[in-house]
Order: sequence, then structure tokens, then C-alpha cells
Amino acid sequence: MSFVWTLAEQSNGQLKQVSFELLSRGRKLADSLETKLASILIGSGVNKETMEELISRGADEVYHIDDPRLENFTCETYANILVGLIKIYSPHTILAAATSMGRTLMPYVAVKVKTGLTADCTELDIEEGTGNLLQTRPAIGGNILATIKTPNHRPQMATVRPKSSRPLEADGQRSGKIINVPFNDVAWLDTRVECLGIKKDTVDFENIEEADVVVAGGKGMKKGDNFKMLKDLTSHFGGMVGATRDAVDRGWIGYPHQIGLSGKTISPRLYIGVGISGSIQHLAGIKTSEVIVSINNDPEAPLHKVADFGIVGDLFSILPEIQERLKGGTK
Amino acid sequence: MKIIVPIKQVPETSNVKMDPETGTMVRSGVESVVNPLDLYALEAALALKDKTGAEVTALTMGPPKAVKVLDMAIAMGCDDGILVSDRKFGGADTWATSYTLAAAIREIGEADLIITGERATDGDTAQVGPGIAAWLDIPLATYVSRIELEEAGSLKVERLIEEGYEMLRVHTPALITVVKEIASPRLPTLRGKKKAMKTEIRTLTATDLDVAPENLGLKGSPTKVVKIETPKVTRGGSLIYALDDESISDAVDKLFDFLKIKELI
Ligand SMILES: Cc1cc2nc3c(=O)[nH]c(=O)nc-3n(C[C@H](O)[C@H](O)[C@H](O)COP(=O)(O)OP(=O)(O)OC[C@H]3O[C@@H](n4cnc5c(N)ncnc54)[C@H](O)[C@@H]3O)c2cc1C
Ligand SMILES: Nc1ncnc2c1ncn2[C@@H]1O[C@H](COP(=O)(O)O)[C@@H](O)[C@H]1O
Repeated sequence: MSFVWTLAEQSNGQLKQVSFELLSRGRKLADSLETKLASILIGSGVNKETMEELISRGADEVYHIDDPRLENFTCETYANILVGLIKIYSPHTILAAATSMGRTLMPYVAVKVKTGLTADCTELDIEEGTGNLLQTRPAIGGNILATIKTPNHRPQMATVRPKSSRPLEADGQRSGKIINVPFNDVAWLDTRVECLGIKKDTVDFENIEEADVVVAGGKGMKKGDNFKMLKDLTSHFGGMVGATRDAVDRGWIGYPHQIGLSGKTISPRLYIGVGISGSIQHLAGIKTSEVIVSINNDPEAPLHKVADFGIVGDLFSILPEIQERLKGGTK
Repeated sequence: MKIIVPIKQVPETSNVKMDPETGTMVRSGVESVVNPLDLYALEAALALKDKTGAEVTALTMGPPKAVKVLDMAIAMGCDDGILVSDRKFGGADTWATSYTLAAAIREIGEADLIITGERATDGDTAQVGPGIAAWLDIPLATYVSRIELEEAGSLKVERLIEEGYEMLRVHTPALITVVKEIASPRLPTLRGKKKAMKTEIRTLTATDLDVAPENLGLKGSPTKVVKIETPKVTRGGSLIYALDDESISDAVDKLFDFLKIKELI
């Protein structure tokens, strides 16, 4: 039976966490299909130990395509590689993360290999008997959950929401194969797009999709300066700061922090909404959070209704109290 | 320079209310509007038009009533609008949609740049833009927050990614998908509205396009919806009032207990 593949992601030779989350998804699927799990790693300068971590966290094989020209993701070249590999190995299923890379590359590849793709899945399962991948994803702003399959085309392709699963514990006993695939630049390199660099030092930039804890502020924060209080909280929790569109539009914090329909979708272990009403557009971005806490002085605020824990009260009295507790208290 | 902007008609969600008991969307009175994220694509195109005199065509695939979003696009300043409409296109997934839109873009001809929204707020897939680029075999830049035209028929764009902002040089013809940060959309003008009333919208049907019938609509879609569920919105959490010092301290205690049980601290 053909394999299940996951697409690993790297940056500067380091694997990103989503690579391991995908392996734990892939492991489960490969086991129920009684097939093998392979991880595809395209990039530059990833060393052997790093690749072995893919094996210790679930992969049976790693296909490694390494070249200095692959250091930064460009859709066309990465797509040529993936399409090339798919033609050789005919995988059963391919999972990628629903990140800026996965959500760009996968639809491009799905068209080229003429198969279906399901975006931003939060649950994956195998249909008994057929081996079809059952792909469940929130749609219409998280108001419905749709289960989708690709019955007549292979490979089956899906992007998976970051943080929607946990990586497996590393198991040093696991063994696997690392296969170095030479970069066939004549066939694969596309020079119509060139990466000119990445600006990392942008003020006030955080990738909230990767955070385990997000403390978000809304219009109730009253002014931009007050977001410092949230920042303080996140420094205790090891989290990041999010915001509503109203807060972003007022210039209190940058757009990369916006959560919701026209911003990011997050699935942290803990989301704390402070001075946020919980509009349907904002909720669209937080519904798959594991735990939702709401702090709002309006008992009728919709965010309270979806919260696991809500405090009705003035955020300007409650935040300092929490702060105090975190500073002095047992952690 | 010729720019095509594919835009989609979606149910208006800003007034959508959820039934907290059943978790379903209260659909009565829900109107159709242009996908809010496509307004940024239109704005990005119109800003280039202001700068260079580019010709901007709005394109939508949908039922005949979707012509409404084209009228709005023209009222904002687009030169014309094209409706791609045929019963055969109905029920298309992102693969079949991007196939059909790519065929329409080929039929229109000579586009230097195609700008789409980041994603549609109903399907939420963000797959149609990249799909169109793949069908047309042109370069793709997604999540673009800034566009700069260069002399040699190329663009310098900035894209919002996990690590920050990435700069790309993209050779045209190309397709870009834009995020909200690109610009704030202009409003339709009165003059634009008058122009929209006078502008005849061209309709393309399946027979006008160079398409294989087996790739169209529901039949041509590799993905099939197996089931739709409506998750309950309420989590049945506890709500604690903290309106004076004592109750605040008490509420924060309870919060910490709760977080400890959940192993979050
Ligand atoms: C097409 C479209 C797309 C959108 N996309 C998004 C999106 O991606 N993300 C998003 O967030 N929004 C989005 N919105 C906007 C959304 O509809 C709401 O307007 C927005 O989420 C409200 O933000 P808010 O909760 O900060 O403000 P408000 O709704 O004004 O809520 C502020 C809350 O703070 C509380 N408060 C005030 N003072 C205090 C205090 N001292 N202590 C405690 N609580 C206090 C109030 O009770 C109130 O509930 C979108 C809208 C549209 C139409
Ligand atoms: N039926 C359609 N007609 C025209 N453009 C569309 C259509 N569907 C999607 N698009 C474009 O593709 C983008 C992404 O849509 P989606 O992949 O459905 O999330 C939208 O923002 C539109 O620019």
C-alpha cells in the first residue's frame, strides 16, 4: 500500500514544531491503513540529527531534498519538487500544515496533480473499508463543521490547522530511513519568483498562530498603552498578544496580531480575551482554542457565552490582581 | 497593464446571529454581499490603476444574481465586470472553481496581473487564488501586504508570513492574493454607480470557455462533502461576578484553580 506523507517545514535549518504535529496525525493514519509514514523535507542545511528527530517522532522514512537555492520557500520550485516526487512514489495521502507555506503550496500542487484538497482540517480519520481520508474542517467562520472526502482521486491532500494536535514524544528506539533526493535544478528550479529576504525585525511582530497561550485585547482596553498589561501577562505564561479588529483599526497594535475572520485563526491551549465582546467574526478565529477565558464587565457579552471560564468585572481591577498573583504566587 | 480581480459573492455574516442553544446560524434575512476580503483585492488593483492607468476587470463566477458584486466593483472604479455563469458550474469545489476561473481569465486574455482576496469568508479555504495560478502556470505570491511595480515588468511584493515579512520579486504575468493590511478599500462613488448602471456586463457560459465538461461543477469536483454538523457554541463554562475587591480576589483565586486543573499553569 502506498504511503502517508507529511510535509516538514524548516527555517534556517531548524524544523518547525508543525512538522512534528503533522507526524502525530500521519502516524495515526498510517497505522490504521497499515502502511508507512514518510516525511518530505525540502530546504537547505538541515543536519542529520535534525532529520533523525523526524524519525524518533513518528516517521518511517524521510525524503530530504537539500540545496542552497531551497533555503527560502518559493511556491513554484517547491511545487515542481513535490509534483516530481508524487509522480515517482504515488503516495496515498499528503498532509501539510495550514501555514503560509502549506496553504500556498498545497493548492498549487493539487491542481497540478489533479486531485482534491481540503483546507485547514482540525480532525482526520480513515473511512472503514475504503481507506478514504475523512477530513473535518470548520467553515463559515467556524459556524459549521464539514466532513469532506476525496473518493476517486489520489493522493488525498489536506492542510492541517497548526496546534490542533500534539507532537508524539521522541522515541530514540525508532528506526527509519533517510533518503537523499538530489535537487534536479534543470527540471525543478523556477526563476520567475525570487526571494529578496525576510524582515524579522519589524516592530511588534509575533506569530500568534504558534503560541500556546494567547492573551487578546479588545476595545475595552481603552488605549494602545494598556496593551502593555497584556504583554506582561504573556511574559508569565510564555504566550503572545492578540487583538480584535477594533483594537487593530485603532492602531493600538499591528495587524499580525488580529484574530478572526479577517485575521488569524488560532488554536492555543489557552486563550484569554480581555475587554472583547466576542463578535461572530472574532469568535471565528478562536473557536478551536482548548480553553477560553473571558474578562468583560458586561455579563451579556457573547464571549462569556462561549468561555470555559468568565469573569464579569472591570479589567483594570482584575488584570493587576492576576499580575500580582503571577509575580508572587506559586507557578 | 491589465489586471483581473476575481471576486466572490458570499452570505453577509456581520449580522449573522447564532442560536446559542442549537448552535445554528440564524439565516433568515441574510443578504449576499461581496466577500469582504475581496475589497482589499479590488483596492490594490484600483490603486495600481490610479498610479499607472491600468485597466481593471472584476470577474465573478456564480448565479446570475452575483452580477450585483460586479456592479459594486465598477462603482468602486473598475473598468468592467465579467460574470461566469452556467448551471454546469454549480457545486464546484476549489479545484473546479479555479479551473473554470482560469479558463475565463484565458478567454478574457492578456492579463498581466491577477489579484484575489486572501480567502472567501464562507468556504474559508484560501485555495482558489493559488489554484488559478497553477492552472495558468504563472508565478504566485500569497498573503501580500505591499506591492511595488518595477520597470522590467516585475513586481516587488511583501508577504506576511510566520517569521515576519518576506520580500519577493515576481515576474508578470503573476497572481497575488492580498491581506487586509494592503490598503483600506475605497467606497463606491455616485459617479461610479451611474457608470455601473450603464456598463453592460458580459456573461461567459460553459460554451464560451475552452473547458472539458467533466471538470466542471459538482461532477468535476474531486472533493465531496460527506456531512455537515453545527457545533454547539456554548461550552457551558462558569461565569463569576467580580465587582468589588473581595469578589475580585476570590474570582482570581478560582481562575487560578481552574487553570491548575487544566494544567495550564
Ligand atoms: C467583514 C468583517 C470582518 C471582520 N473581521 C474581524 C476580525 O477578523 N476580527 C475581529 O476581532 N473583528 C472583526 N470584525 C469586527 C467585529 O464585527 C467586531 O466589531 C469586533 O470584533 C469588536 O471588537 P471588540 O470586541 O474589541 O469591541 P467591542 O465589541 O466594542 O467590545 C468591547 C468589549 O469590552 C468590554 N469592556 C469595556 N470596558 C471594559 C472594562 N473596563 N472592563 C472589562 N470589559 C470592558 C465591553 O463590555 C465590550 O463587550 C469584522 C467585521 C466585519 C464586518
Ligand atoms: N466563485 C468565485 N468567483 C470569483 N472569484 C472567486 C470565487 N471563489 C473564490 N474566488 C476568489 O478566490 C479567493 C479565495 O477564495 P476561497 O479559496 O474560496 O477561500 C477569493 O477571495 C476570491 O478572490
